[in-house]
Amino acid sequence: MSKKIFRFFNKQKEFEQDVPENGMRYSGFYGDSFKRLKKNKMAMFCAMLLILIILVAIFAPVPAPYDPTYQDYSAVLASPSPAHPFGTDEYGRDILSRIIYGSRVSISIGIVAQVVASLVGVTLGALEGYYGGKIDSIISRIMEIFQAFPDLIFAMAIMTFMGKGVLNLFIALGLLTWVRTARMIRGSVMQLKEKEYIEASRANGATTFWIITKGLIPNCLSTIIVLVTLGIPNAIMYEASLSFLGIGIQPPTPSWGNMISAAQTFISYRPLYSIMPGVAIMITVIAFNIFGDGLRDAPDPKLKS
Amino acid sequence: MLSYTAKRLVQTVFVLFGISLITFILLQVVPGDPVALMLEKRADPETIAKVRHELGLDLPIYVRYLNFIKGAVHLDFGTSYFTKEVVSEALFRCFKVTVKLACMSFIFAAIIGIPSGIFSAVKRGKGVDTLVMVLSIVGVSAPAFWVAIILQIIFGLKLAVLPISGFDTVASYVLPSIALGARYAGSMARITRTSMLEVMGQDYIRTAKAKGVRRWGVIMKHALKNALIPIVTLVGTDFGYMLTGSMLIEKVFSIPGIGKLAVDAMSNRDLPLLEGTVMYIAFVFVIVNLIVDLSYAFLDPRIRYGKGAE
Repeated sequence: MSKKIFRFFNKQKEFEQDVPENGMRYSGFYGDSFKRLKKNKMAMFCAMLLILIILVAIFAPVPAPYDPTYQDYSAVLASPSPAHPFGTDEYGRDILSRIIYGSRVSISIGIVAQVVASLVGVTLGALEGYYGGKIDSIISRIMEIFQAFPDLIFAMAIMTFMGKGVLNLFIALGLLTWVRTARMIRGSVMQLKEKEYIEASRANGATTFWIITKGLIPNCLSTIIVLVTLGIPNAIMYEASLSFLGIGIQPPTPSWGNMISAAQTFISYRPLYSIMPGVAIMITVIAFNIFGDGLRDAPDPKLKS
Repeated sequence: MLSYTAKRLVQTVFVLFGISLITFILLQVVPGDPVALMLEKRADPETIAKVRHELGLDLPIYVRYLNFIKGAVHLDFGTSYFTKEVVSEALFRCFKVTVKLACMSFIFAAIIGIPSGIFSAVKRGKGVDTLVMVLSIVGVSAPAFWVAIILQIIFGLKLAVLPISGFDTVASYVLPSIALGARYAGSMARITRTSMLEVMGQDYIRTAKAKGVRRWGVIMKHALKNALIPIVTLVGTDFGYMLTGSMLIEKVFSIPGIGKLAVDAMSNRDLPLLEGTVMYIAFVFVIVNLIVDLSYAFLDPRIRYGKGAE
């Protein structure tokens, strides 16, 4: 009897040892990463915040008390009141509503710019990494030139060249950030292409196109997701900076950057007008950064903050 | 070291050449005729043609590019279409202001960023660490021009202790330097902390501690010295950014630096001035990066022979 119990305990112990110290059972690469991400409270909080911000951007007319371009000349530069929580601007437009609608610009520009950057970066990076040799060195030289341009000047030059407009802003910001994506993808592809499974698919007669699109890029997916998440706040900052300089989004379309630019004249008696759009930028950028850091760290079981 | 230096130099020349080509193409094909803008609408076609000829804008594009390169090598970018000032003189005048601003922001960022990074690594997980990390995230995520405006509101208007514009006294540089440096102070604190934590986990640190070296002796002498390499690289690149990316701060505080020159040139479509400023800014940036890379290779022999040399 006692022997039996002993054996039972031993078994129990063996079983317990299968479970890692942190109490998680293995559930695949993405499953595990997601579990680790869920344990990161800051990252999860920021994820909620991001969902909220994106919902506000999509359904802007619902939370916004006024139309962002509605001009009320009886309330020009009004001070904060229940009717206008952050006051009104120099045309009598509600600042809160303009900030809410401004999130549309920032979020969509951040996302689209990153999609552009990823398309260019992943394509070129994968080609470089896969073929190596001449193609690699040509694209590498081009990337060096792009990287050597100070970012804002480069964006300004492109905007001057192509003219102001939302579409051009997407392209300018995309061109600004594709190099980083290309670099990372190039590195991953160079490592992956030596793996046996690629060898196997080549032996089975897979075309180069198939190997790159089905064999290599899906394996870089987690890298791409992290790059996009951390790239979006960057693009949001650039958009705000360019709009602040007057070469990004043009009024009356509200953007956080052009609002701060307009508010600059009134800082002495309407400080809230310039402060609030900046708070919106900061919260969005912080949320993306912390969530992106969490995503980046999630696949690594060794990292414990 | 010599062959690495030579390789990097050749690469730099190549990059500069590429930059000049892109700049030239981007700016020459800009929509909107600069001559028409310059003479406004009252000019007749004949005058426009005459001015175009005087400025050499009627030459074929490759001749203009060769002229541009020839001039750029001699630092001669022509004269501004609008102010008629010689471009290289304007660049030099504005550069002096920007260098002053960049140096002050750099000092501010380094004095705040590096020590707080060391502190938060030493006091890992304590309140100080959390505070520094939160502040650095805020610093990195807040737009510099917005920080500038907040500083103007607090110190210029509410407390009225510092001037909110101008560039002639030392006091007028204080707010711009803080605004420009805040972001870099944040990133310096973060990299210092990461680098220090990495080094502090090494065996030789444990040996030094076991040997009975005083706590701060270990931190400053054994840890910091070895943690410095990544910090130096980041700090160097940051300085490049400060020298070239201060246009937002210059706009807020109306400081006539190189960034303001670029913005003005862009809105006026002042081609010679624009080509000059863009080439200049790219040049400074590339050279700073070259120096950083070389000093990095000098500090860490692995770069010379291994990865970096490919």
